[in-house]
Amino acid sequence: MPDDSAFISIRNLGWTYAATTRPAINDINVDIAQGEYVGIIGLNGAGKTTLGLCLNGIIPHMLMGEQTGTVSVAGLDPTELPVREMARMVGMVFDNPEFQMSQITAAEEVALGLENIGVPYAEMVPRIAAALELVGLTGFDERSPMALSGGQQQRLAIAATLVMKPTILFMDEPTSNLDPLGKEEVFEIALRLNKEEGLTVIVAEHEVEVLAQYADRILVLHEGELVLQGTPAEVFAQGARMTDLGLRVPQVTEFASALAGPGATGLPVTTDATLAWLEARA
Amino acid sequence: MTATAPVVGHPSHVTDGPMIVVREARYVYPRGRVVALDGLSIDVPAGQIVGIAGQNGSGKTTLTKLLNGLLKPTSGSVTVNGMNTGDWPVQKMAAHVGYVFQNPNHQLFATTVEEELKFGPRNLGVPDEEIPERVAEAVEFFGLQDVLALHPYRISFPLRKLVGIASIFTMRPRVFILDEPTTGQDHRTTGVINRLITRLGERGDTVVCVSHDMPLLADVSERLLVMWNAQLIADGTPREVFSDREVMGRTHLTPPQITQLSLRIPSRAGRPAALSVDELVDDIRGVSPAAGA
Repeated sequence: MPDDSAFISIRNLGWTYAATTRPAINDINVDIAQGEYVGIIGLNGAGKTTLGLCLNGIIPHMLMGEQTGTVSVAGLDPTELPVREMARMVGMVFDNPEFQMSQITAAEEVALGLENIGVPYAEMVPRIAAALELVGLTGFDERSPMALSGGQQQRLAIAATLVMKPTILFMDEPTSNLDPLGKEEVFEIALRLNKEEGLTVIVAEHEVEVLAQYADRILVLHEGELVLQGTPAEVFAQGARMTDLGLRVPQVTEFASALAGPGATGLPVTTDATLAWLEARA
Repeated sequence: MTATAPVVGHPSHVTDGPMIVVREARYVYPRGRVVALDGLSIDVPAGQIVGIAGQNGSGKTTLTKLLNGLLKPTSGSVTVNGMNTGDWPVQKMAAHVGYVFQNPNHQLFATTVEEELKFGPRNLGVPDEEIPERVAEAVEFFGLQDVLALHPYRISFPLRKLVGIASIFTMRPRVFILDEPTTGQDHRTTGVINRLITRLGERGDTVVCVSHDMPLLADVSERLLVMWNAQLIADGTPREVFSDREVMGRTHLTPPQITQLSLRIPSRAGRPAALSVDELVDDIRGVSPAAGA
């Protein structure tokens, strides 16, 4: 049942970009609890980014189109509040960190959001230091963002949102342009922020193995609609459905499913769980 | 082949030796004095699909730029299709080594897909009457029938990615260099690209594929190179390389999940890694042990 007191409450949400006819997202209903780690999967164009942009008010304030339904984030309505207010609560990180960097030094990059909302300088300094520390970039203050590795740039982008003390971090394919080391860095930081700082993390990501390991819940979008949701074990148990949607399940789940045969339940979704599952079968 | 074999450098020339020969190639970036490639030697036979893995900054891109002649080695030599890149301008090398960029937006600039496909061969001086045949071949190979008349920016990103590869394909290079062909692609498109690479190899084209996508490399590569700190530190089949814990640990590369699982199953201890789900399923069922066992 819909719970209107949920931390994030999305009701019958739809958005059609101007000059298009097919809605980018259509009739989405979902609740997200504070501190949850949610993964969103779907083909390119399924509506993952659009859904994220509805959380901080970029939709409908900064893009042209038509919205239906409602969004409530911590009791606030992103369609009513200005984006600069929502942006304090919902940090956004996109796939290409370089596109987000505009300043001469890492510290200035992090300071930008605070300057925009008029935080006094004396208060900015410790907040910047704290944000850089959270992403493991202490001592990088004076470095040029362009001289950082991809993983460091993406962590800096996260720091630039953390300094606003958001309660939600939305990451849109945050590692698709990173090398394996950078990918590991970013997902480790996100997990730590979720577990230790209680940040609500929402990640759109193609790599299902990563989500199976970290996410509490997975949302599956298809042609703008929320077609499947549940824990990783629930969602990835539906291998045939996922294949129909053009998506895949973790390799270990596909393996266990093939061994167990049709109708099997309790399939593992991580490597460790699969080892235990194999042992229990032996 | 005609009685008079085409001379070296002519687009139809095919070497008798290995397609790629790199000897002690070293590259030092002129300004920063950073050693980007520190004495690398490899031979790649024609028709081989070679994957290259490694973190950013390990020398992968420098190597591929040396192969298409965009960079010339500071010392040592790079020979592709019998042509020493030091002796030939990059425009000449382009007829032999096709470079497919990671981002097709950096590569496409014609107003229709069809024009895009014609551009490369025209630029190489291919006679006009030969071009339709090349375009038709590419359209068939990449399945572009429905988008020929469209603007490259009017089609979906995954399709644009295919057009990016197809526009190199019409130049009929002997060697394809693919830079991160699956980055940012969903499962469906990754599958299409995966099959295309395999088919290029089956045609006898040589493919060098640089990627962070380990399942892709496990699937398509006959041979996998691993770069680390400007050096080649592993060169073998994907099965050998992914099973090498020392190399994987040192480079922080993660083999495909199924490969990792196969290496951790106690009853398989000491056996070669599996590269695909099907392989491991058969192996566990005892149908057929993983190849190379």
